Parts: sequence; structure tokens; C-alpha cells
Amino acid sequence: MKTIKYMLSAITLLLVMDVAEAQPTIYPAKAQEKPIAITGATIHVGNGDVIEQGTLLFDQGKITYVGGNTTIPDGTEIVDAQGKHLYPGFIAPNTNLGLVEISSVRATVDFGEVGENNAHVRALIAYNTDSKVINTLRSNGILLAQITPQDGLVSGQSSIVQLDAWNWEDAAYKIDEGIHINWPTVRFGRFGGGGGGTNPNAQKERVEQEIAELENYLMEAKAYAELGSNRTTNARFEAFRAVFSGKRKVYVHANKATDIIASIYALKRLGINPVLVGGTEAHLVTDVLTDNRVSVIINQSHALPSGTDVDVYLPYKQAKLLTDAGILVAYSIDGFWQQRNLPFMAGTAAAYGLDKEQALATITSNTAKILGIDDKTGTLEVGKDANLFISHGDALDMLGNTVERAFIQGRGIDLNDLHKQLFERYEYKYGLSEGK
Amino acid sequence: MKKILLFCCFWLFSWLSIAQETFPVNGSHDERPQFFAFTNANIVVKAGEVIQNGTLLVHGQRIAALGKNQTIPKGYVTVDLQGKFIYPSFIDAFSEYGQPKESRSSSGQQGFGGRREQVFESTKKGPYGWNEAIRPETAAKKTFTVDQKQSEELKKIGFGAVQSIVRDGIARGSSVVATLADTRDNEVIILPEAGAHYSFSKGSAQTSYPSSLMGSIALLRQTYYDSEWYEKKQDEYNISLEAFGKLQSLPQFFEVDDMLDILRADKIAKEFGKSYIIKTGGNEYQRIEDIKVTNASLIVPLNFPKAYDVEDPADARNVTLAQLKHWEMAPANPALLQKAGIQFAISPVGLDNLRDFWGNLHLALDNGLSQEHALRALTEIPAEMLGVSDKLGTLEKGKLANFIITSDTLFKEGTVIHENWVQGKKFVATKSSAQDITGEYATQLPNIGRAKLLIQDKRGKLEVLLKVGGDTTDIKVASSRSGDLMSFSFNPKGQQGSTRISGYIAGGDPLALKGEVVQPDGTSSAWTAIYTAAYVSKEPNRQRQSKKTVAEGRVTYPFVAYGNAQLPVVETTLIKNATVWTNEAQGILEGVDVLLANGKIKAVGKGLSAAGATVIDGTGKHVTPGIIDEHSHIAITRGVNEGSHSVTAEVRIGDVVNSEDINIYRQLAGGVTASHLLHGSANSIGGQSQLIKLRWGHKPEGLKFGNNDGFIKFALGENVKQSNWGNAGGVRFPQTRMGVEQVFVDAFTRAKEYKSRMAANDPTLRRDLTLDALVEILDEKRFITCHSYVQSEINMLMHVGDSMGFKVNTFTHILEGYKMADEMARRKIAGASFADWWAYKMEVQEAIPYNAYLMHKQHVLTAINSDDAEMARRLNQEAAKAVKYGGVSEEDALKMVTLNTAKILHVDDRVGSLAPGKDADVVIWSDKPLSIYAKAEKTFVDGVKYWDIEEDANKQRALIAEKARLIRKSLEAKSKGGTTQRPVAQPNMEYHCDTIGEIGEFESMD
Repeated sequence: MKTIKYMLSAITLLLVMDVAEAQPTIYPAKAQEKPIAITGATIHVGNGDVIEQGTLLFDQGKITYVGGNTTIPDGTEIVDAQGKHLYPGFIAPNTNLGLVEISSVRATVDFGEVGENNAHVRALIAYNTDSKVINTLRSNGILLAQITPQDGLVSGQSSIVQLDAWNWEDAAYKIDEGIHINWPTVRFGRFGGGGGGTNPNAQKERVEQEIAELENYLMEAKAYAELGSNRTTNARFEAFRAVFSGKRKVYVHANKATDIIASIYALKRLGINPVLVGGTEAHLVTDVLTDNRVSVIINQSHALPSGTDVDVYLPYKQAKLLTDAGILVAYSIDGFWQQRNLPFMAGTAAAYGLDKEQALATITSNTAKILGIDDKTGTLEVGKDANLFISHGDALDMLGNTVERAFIQGRGIDLNDLHKQLFERYEYKYGLSEGK
Repeated sequence: MKKILLFCCFWLFSWLSIAQETFPVNGSHDERPQFFAFTNANIVVKAGEVIQNGTLLVHGQRIAALGKNQTIPKGYVTVDLQGKFIYPSFIDAFSEYGQPKESRSSSGQQGFGGRREQVFESTKKGPYGWNEAIRPETAAKKTFTVDQKQSEELKKIGFGAVQSIVRDGIARGSSVVATLADTRDNEVIILPEAGAHYSFSKGSAQTSYPSSLMGSIALLRQTYYDSEWYEKKQDEYNISLEAFGKLQSLPQFFEVDDMLDILRADKIAKEFGKSYIIKTGGNEYQRIEDIKVTNASLIVPLNFPKAYDVEDPADARNVTLAQLKHWEMAPANPALLQKAGIQFAISPVGLDNLRDFWGNLHLALDNGLSQEHALRALTEIPAEMLGVSDKLGTLEKGKLANFIITSDTLFKEGTVIHENWVQGKKFVATKSSAQDITGEYATQLPNIGRAKLLIQDKRGKLEVLLKVGGDTTDIKVASSRSGDLMSFSFNPKGQQGSTRISGYIAGGDPLALKGEVVQPDGTSSAWTAIYTAAYVSKEPNRQRQSKKTVAEGRVTYPFVAYGNAQLPVVETTLIKNATVWTNEAQGILEGVDVLLANGKIKAVGKGLSAAGATVIDGTGKHVTPGIIDEHSHIAITRGVNEGSHSVTAEVRIGDVVNSEDINIYRQLAGGVTASHLLHGSANSIGGQSQLIKLRWGHKPEGLKFGNNDGFIKFALGENVKQSNWGNAGGVRFPQTRMGVEQVFVDAFTRAKEYKSRMAANDPTLRRDLTLDALVEILDEKRFITCHSYVQSEINMLMHVGDSMGFKVNTFTHILEGYKMADEMARRKIAGASFADWWAYKMEVQEAIPYNAYLMHKQHVLTAINSDDAEMARRLNQEAAKAVKYGGVSEEDALKMVTLNTAKILHVDDRVGSLAPGKDADVVIWSDKPLSIYAKAEKTFVDGVKYWDIEEDANKQRALIAEKARLIRKSLEAKSKGGTTQRPVAQPNMEYHCDTIGEIGEFESMD
């Protein structure tokens, strides 16, 4: 045990000494300059396959080889990963990362625009690549994220970013790829707020009205999209144009079984095949999901059951239930700093029934497929971006998740972060390190 | 002698029966003799005592005489009751009758938005007490006034007298007993100060304190002490305290709405030598044995829930097992109370509609309440409770003439209350016409010919049908009757327009009805109907029969999903061949056995055996001590923060432990065996905490750890200075970290002065529960766990402690503990940290996950805590983060949620490691305990297995079956025409550090 600890300290020290000491000097990495080979690792491909003692080569940002031993071209930097694990970079969907720095400080909160319908607002341009949170996620293997607006009935557009960039433009991995709809639902204002309060009939009426308004709105949006040249330009309708031409996804956020059914069929009538986000009760309507080939981004498994009578472990088991029903499942977590625990959601799913590699897919290949970036990332396969990392042990377990090297588009990124720096500062104070 | 007395009585009665002499009369006086005789009656004197074919004499407002062969003196108005029944009319021991219906907006922090500006002192002008919720000066007699409409509603269902209460506040003042007679206020009041009233609800009080149940309890407790003090020494004049003291000689009544609150009220009663009569919420059956032990008399409502509308399975998912079970079992509550031998009165209090009273009473009878007991609970028992047995409750000479006349025995299906006499004044409850006209009649109708007219009486309403010739279906006839006159109208098949009859009772034998019949075209002719036979309904009582829902379910402990019908018991358990994390010097042992016996760890070692032990194969399993959460807010009732004042050391989580919280079970499933329930962090000096063991099913007192040092919550930083309260903050001191220091300095300065006055036996000293708790800290009898984040404030409190002479035991959360670890270690202060939380507010900007490692490395006794009902069930994984971030050994990391926590809480002599002799709080894991793949398979507390992953699967199946049964029953109830309610999903209500108010309007900003 002790040796491991010393090793960890040594690694940290090396990293810390490699670069300068302040967060602002954790530079985004330069483009990959020469081919890199990672050898001896247990390669978790992300699609269910595992290669023991494998080798992975990448060059100019793309994976060029994955498999057993192979001849490594001259001029290749070799990274010995003997006994270690190699993973595709984890993808955090549905997060407000970079849109908020301190939850309680309003000035730093940029994820919810005023009003019910903001189809036109774009999360990407508010994404702050200098957020101190981002580097702490990379340290746990999260290399990509879907930056997502919140609130209202139509929250706006999300974009996918890679987590090593000078600015949002550099970060963009897939721009404005989806519109997020929060399906109207029963809400609980504990003092009669929240529209309808605790009166179930009033709640029902409000929900019905909101759904009707939303459906009408979408029908108008569809007609607008079909209208060749518009006399008047409507920014919100414009945002839906790409949806109806199939170039932009719709993510519908719904949790209750009835809401899930209603949302899927309402959108289907408009020719939209949405991605379901949330899905607390998705396991109750698997037929609806499979019949309509709807994928699910479920919320964190580290959650309480939705009611007293529910299986105490249900949130842990849900990914397994959906996977067994043939539904494509990815994991997300509420919030931003919390994303560093995303690997452990998958780990928990594995503890409660899912095969470990299937569990891995819920934060890699499944996510990439659902977000429509599986042509570029999500697995360790030839031709894909070299978004990957080496972990000392099982990255889905707190006991094994120690990210030693990480690459985004082939660029070896700096794994330092604010927390490691503060750690080092106080190790120095207590004489546990020698400082600079 | 007797005769003289009797004469005196009569004379007295006569005098009493006349109207108020002090009031002027407009015009001529109208005093009447008021002599009434009721003959041929079955007089139910009281439950179990009937005078058959008796006579009741009433003179004025009292019963003059009654008996079987009672002679009727001259001058009496005689009413022949023809075998009808007379009962004492009912007494409602808990009513707001006659009190003004002010819209009492709930106040303080319970209002919309929760975070109001704080109100520190009473807004009431005058020399009253400081807190508006303590209003013993309230006298219901002063606001009481006769309310004709209300009184009629109550009289219709049989009530003749009430205890009228001003139901507002914690100390509510005195009540009045009044009859429901519709006369002058002065005449109906029969006891102007009947009882003193209390509750846990602050009502309309504007003062911010109390904002939680524990605050209400603390306030009441302090008021008892203040009252004692006030009687001894009066440096001030205080209307409220003076009134409070005076009320103590009256019967004491306490209103609650839940069975756990009965136990809480009883605790206060015992503490102050009081005996409360408790108005309950109707779910006493859920902990009936514990309530029996309190020995309290109860006033029980019949507020049975409506059936849930579960036709839509999606709606049905919103109903919990506990709700369905309560729906089924609530009607059995009175019967179960009777069976348990608990003294109780029945009250219509809490019914949405008084018309439901009889239906619900019948439901209670269907479920086993005896008729005799029901009558007593409506008459004699409330009379006794209210101290008016000399006037009310039975039919005896000299008592008030409060009685009802019923068509049959009172509780028989279909019995009608005809009249309700109150204070000798008649009230017609159901218009029963002088002449009974029910029966079958033969008649002749134009265009129809011979027909049968069927008249029946349903609870005072005529129901009339017309049977024509060979037709199989009867024609419905609309009817109305007014004395001797009646009208009918009907619409025979194939006829346009209605045929109408205007008739009257023509008398004769057989009875004849006569009148005119008018056809749709206006043709009119004479009409006659002759009585031929008594009417016999074809469906005798079918409707009522079908509504009968008798509880078949069983009470579980607790009364929530996954409760047990019987509490699990301690067993001798032998776990064989496991990997055992002892937390002792021998460390982690492979392939050893653990023996649990008599609730203790008997032995850890190889090759153990024990006769009669349940043997568990531990091969491949890991055994650890149970997890202890240093910072938890589960299992707390109505409010985790008494955040109204900056110093609330007097409030106690121990007063409000909630044994029915599902999170107890969920956390057992995560290997937790003990939780330190803390007050929130809304103020600098919060309340006293309570360590519990997760003994799922035990009552609140049974969850308490027992014989352990007490702790108290302190807090620093943003929550204390209300930084994240938006515009509502800004009033309460402190608003800065500078102010926080002075709150502590001031509190302990006062505590030290108080302590020296105590030591000097100062007779003028007022017992102050706030300062008592602080003195306990100074005396090292109570220990501090302080919510803290940034280094400056941590340093500050350590220095205040140094200078004031107290020690901080634990800094909890302490996300910047790593910056002060050396100073903490020097003072032997422990740190209990979140594993990896940060970025949610300003003061956690430098919170790092290496915190636990760095504190540990500096020899700070370190624990990982949850402050979160979800995280608590994965504390093993949170501990694993100390391995990940920094590299604590797995063994030491496990100690951060077991042994170290036990040490921090001063209970390491009992729990925290697997040493023989310690409590058998043990978890069997499927894997290495800190691994994400580890599941708690079995969790023992005191050697009792409260969690078993396999038994849980059975419980889930049983739950589904039980719910299905109840849903079938609900559907049946609906299909039979019962009223229903639409189920609403209840949001999870979990408390965090800064959840404000009783039900938590605000999300966490821990």
C-alpha cells in the first residue's frame, strides 16, 4: 500500500514540477507532434471488447492501430502501460460545465435564460474554457462533455466540447447539435407554487395546457421550416429548422412514465425521434422506448429511489434493466463539478448487474452514439480521434481510478488541476514535499 | 330531608330556567313553564342502562325525572314517542364552535418564500410574553358567540355540547364548554374555563421563533420553567406568564396530528408532572402499544381518508403502501384503541364535512368498535374529560336536558335522529312528519289505470315509485311533503310531459291520500290512493353493506414500506471463513469467523462454533464494523433548523426523531448502523444532536444510541451569516464573519455568568435552557461539532474556545481543514469532511478531495461524513475517495467511516471495531468494503439483522402483493360509489444542513 502511495505522490510531484504552479499556467496542449504507442495495457475498447497486453498507436490525433503486439514505427514515442488500463475518454452528456463556476453566486450562473422558450440560445458561446472545474474532471478521465442549457420548456441548444482548449471555438467538437425540451410535468411547489400547487386536478390542467401549447408551437415551427423563403424571420423557429431537416437532435427531458410516453408520441407525430434525458421511470415503459428506437441518457445512479415503496437499489439497477430491454443507455450527472464522479455511476451499474464493459459503454460508446459523435470518438478503434487515457487501475472504481496520462485528439494533456496544486501547497506546508 | 332537598332543586331549576334577568326586554315578557313529558320511550340513560317504555320529564333546561312508571304531573306537554329511543346527546370535546373564523395566515418562516425577515419579539402591544405562540392569556369565553348555522349542523348529527377552543398557538389559553342551544351566549356557557390548551404548532404567531417542531417543544419547555420562575420572583409583570401559571389547575389538553407527536407530548407531560388529554390525528393504531404506555386519555377524530382513485395505473404509482394501508386501517383505529384499553372520546374534529360523521362512525363500528364504547366515547367520556359529568353525558335527574330522540337504537343502520333537545330546547334534526305515510298504496290514474304507489322514507326523505300493471320497471316519482300536504310528479313511458298530483293526507283506516291529478295537457281530475300494505324494500341495506370495508392488513413497524409486522430479534450468529476488517491491532484477517451473541461481538477468530447459532458462510465475503455517519439529517420530524435565532442551544433533535423514515432502511442497505442526527447550520449555535442506531421499526426513543455523550451543532460561514438568502437576509446578527465571533463570545460570556450564579445558588436565577446547554459545554458534558469551511473561521473558533474555556470536539464538513490541520491536531480537534464536494458556493472554492488525506497525515482524527440521505448509503465509497485522493490505506479509509467516527462521537468503547464485547453492529459485504462493487448483504445492529439483501427481495414481492390487494379494494370502493381522491406523488423530502422551515422550501447549499 505504502509503495502505491509513494508512487502516487511521485507522479503528482512530477506533474506538478513539470509545469508551473498556478492554474492559469496549465496550458492547453499543442497538436500531436509524433506518433505515440501505448503498450502492455489492458485496452478497454469501449464497445465491449477487452484486449489484454494490447498496443495502441495514434498519430496526428487519430488512432492508427489497436490490437496485440505490433511493429512500432521508428520515431514513435512509446508509453509503457504494463499492468495498467487504457480507456476511451469518458463523455459527460447533459452538463452545465463551464456555464457556472459557483452555484450560489448568480453572476457566475449562465445556464438558464429567462422565459419558457429559448430554442435559439446557444450554450457553446457561454462555455468558459478557463473554468477551474474542467481540469478536475480530466483528472478522472472525463475528456468530452455536452454543454447543455437548462430551464424553461425549451432551454436552448447544446454543443459538445473537448476539455482542452483555449476558448470555446477551439473546444467545439460538435456545434449546436441538439435542442433541449423539458416536457411539462407535475411540479411541486411546497407552498402552492410551481403552478397548480398540490391540487392534482389543477396540476393536470396546467400540464395539459402546456403540452398543447408546446405541440402547437412545434407544429408552427415545422410549417415554418417547410416555408422556403420567410417573410419574417423568427429566431426560435429558425433554431428548429435544423431539427426538421434531421441535422439537429431533440433531447426531451422527462422522468415520469406518463410524461415519457406523451413526449415520445407527440414528437413522433412531428417526425422527430428524440433522445430521452432523465428517465427516472424509463424502465416502466421499455416497450415504448424500443418500439420507437429511443435512446436514454439516464440521470445519475447515485440517487435515492423515487418513492418509499421503490426497490432501495432501483437507481443502481436501472441501467441494467434498460440495457436488457435492448435500449441504448448513457449516464449523465446533474451539475458540473460532480461530473468527476461519472465513472463511478458506471461502476455502480456494474455492481448491480451490468457487465463491466457494458457499464463502460454507458459513459463512452453509447454516449457517443446517442450524441451522434460515434464516427469520431467513444471507442478505441482505428480512424477515431485519439481521446483516451491510461488509468493505474479499474477506472470505474474509486480504488482504481488514477489517471496517469490522457490524450485529447492525440494531444497529451496536462493533468494538473487546482486541487492538485492546493494539495501540493499544503504538502509543502507540512513538510510532505519540498516545493519548488 | 330528601323532600326538602328535592324541593330546593326544583326551586333552583325553576329559577335557572328563566331567561337572563339582567337583560332588558322589548315589550311584554314571554316566560313559559317549560314542562315536557316524553312517554313510551326507550330511554338509554347511558351505555348499558336502558329504561324500556319509560317516561322522561323535562323542566326548563334540566331533566326533572325519568323512570319506567313515572307519573306525569299536570301541566306537562306530553309527547308520545311510540317506542322511539332517547339517548344523551353527544359532546364534542374538541371544537372551534362559536369562535371567530379568522383567516390565520401561518407565519414566520412557514409562509410562502420561507425566508422572511426575522421577527424577534412579539408584535402584540402590551405587557405580554416575548413569543406570540405562547398566548395563555387567550380565553375562549371572551370570543365565544352562538353560531346558529354551525350549531344546527352539529345538532343534526347528534351533538348537544362542545368544548370550544381557540386553536391558535403553542399555549392556547383556556377553553369554554358550551351547549349548542340557540339562545343568548350567557345561557349556553356551562363552564367558562374548561381546560388549558397546547399544541406544537405556532399558528398565527408573527415571531420567527419557533420555526421547527423541536423549537416548539423547546419553547414550551422553557415556558414551564419561566412560569415556575415567575411565580417565585416577579421582576417584571407579564400577562402571559401569569395566565400560564393560573391555567395549570385546569384539565390540560394537547392537540397533535400524528402518533409520534403523542409520544412527544407525553414526554413533556412526564417532564413537568402534567397529564395531558391528547387530541390525536387518527393514526394511533400505528404505535398503539407505545401510546398505551403513556396512559393519556385521547380525543380521537374520525377523519378517515377517502379511497384513492387508482383506476389509472400511472396514478396508482403515486400512492404509497403506507397511504393505502392507512386508508384501509384508519377506520379500525377506534376499535384498536378500545381493544388496547385506551380511554378515548370521539370527536368530529378534522372532518371536511360534518355529514361524513355518521358514515365514518359506522365504518368504525364495522371495524370492531363496540356500540357501547362508541356511545360512551361520545357522551360520558368527553363529559368526564371536560369536568362536566354533573351536567352532561348521561340522562339523570338534575342534569341538563341534552338528549336526542332516535327512530331506533342509535347505531342501527337506517336509524334517524328525529330531535335533538339542548338545554331543554327542541331542535328538529330530521323532519319526521307527525304521520308516517310509508307503505304501498292502490291508486287509479288517468291514461294509466290501476297502479301501485310505493312510498318509503330514506333518512327523512321520501322516495316514491309507481308500479303500473305488468311493467317490470318502476317509474320514479318526484315527491315532496310538507306536513299534511304532498306533491308527486312522474313521467310514464311514452308520455310527453309530466303528470302531477297535489295531494293531502285524508286520514282514515286504511289510510287514504286524496287530491287532484293534472295531466300534461292540463286536464285535471280527482285522485285517491288507499294504503294496502307496509312497504318492504327489495334491497335491504344493500348499499351500506357493500360499503363495509374491514381492515385486513397488519400494522407494520414502522408504518411504511419495508416495515416488519414483528420486530426482528437478536440471534446468535456465526459468520464463517470471511475476510474480517477488525479495525483493531490485528488488522485485516483472512478466513476467520465472527461470532455475534446477545447483541455483542463474542469472538473473532478461526474455527469458532456456537450451539444454536445461525451460521452464515462468509467465504469470499468481507466483514466490517457498521458504518457510522458523523453528519446526518435523516429520521427527523418537521424541521432540521431552528434557524430563527443565532443561538438556539436549547432545541434538541432528540425530541423529534422520526422512526418512520424510509431512509433508515435505505441506509441499512448501505451498511450504515448509526447516524449522528445534527441540527442544521442556519445559526451559529444550533441545537443538540442525537446519535441513533438504525434499529428499523423501533419507536423514536428506541432508536437512540443510549448512554452516550451529548453533542451540539455549531456553525460558521455563509449559512450562519445568511449569505445566500438574497434580499431576505440582512437583519439577523451576524451578517459577517466578524459578527460570528462575537456571537460565540457573547453566548459563552453569558453562560459563564449564569454558571457562577448557579454555583452561588442565586434564588432569583431563571432557569435558561439555552444557557444550560452552554454550561454543559463548559463542563465538558456536551461536545461541539461545528459546521465549518474556510480556514479563517476555523482558526477563529479555536481561539474563542481557548479564551472562553471550551474545546471544539469536531469540525464537520471542514473542507479547508487541510489548511489548519496542524492547529487542529495540536488541540486534538477532529475533522469530519465531505470526500469531494466543492464549487457549490463561495466558501468551498478551495475545497479539495485531498482534505481527508492531509488531515489524517497531520494526525487529525478524521472521518468522512454525508450530510445527505443518498450519499450516506455509499459512505464506504466516499471513504474510498480518501484512497484515491492522496493515498490513505484502505484500512485507514474504512476507519474514517467507522472507528474514527466512533472515537469522534465518544462511543468507541461500544462500536467502531470488531473487538469482543463491543456491540454487534456488523456488515457483511459482497466484496472489498471500499470497492464500488461492494454490496452490503447483511447489516446487524446489536446483533439483530435489520437488513438482508435476500429478505429484501422477498419484502419487495410481498409489498407488490399487498399493494395489489389494496388497489383491488380501492377499485371496489370506487365502483360502489365511494368518494375518492386523486393520488399525488409526494416529493422525497430530505433535509440538509440549511433546509429552512418545517418542510424545507429551499434546496441545499450545504
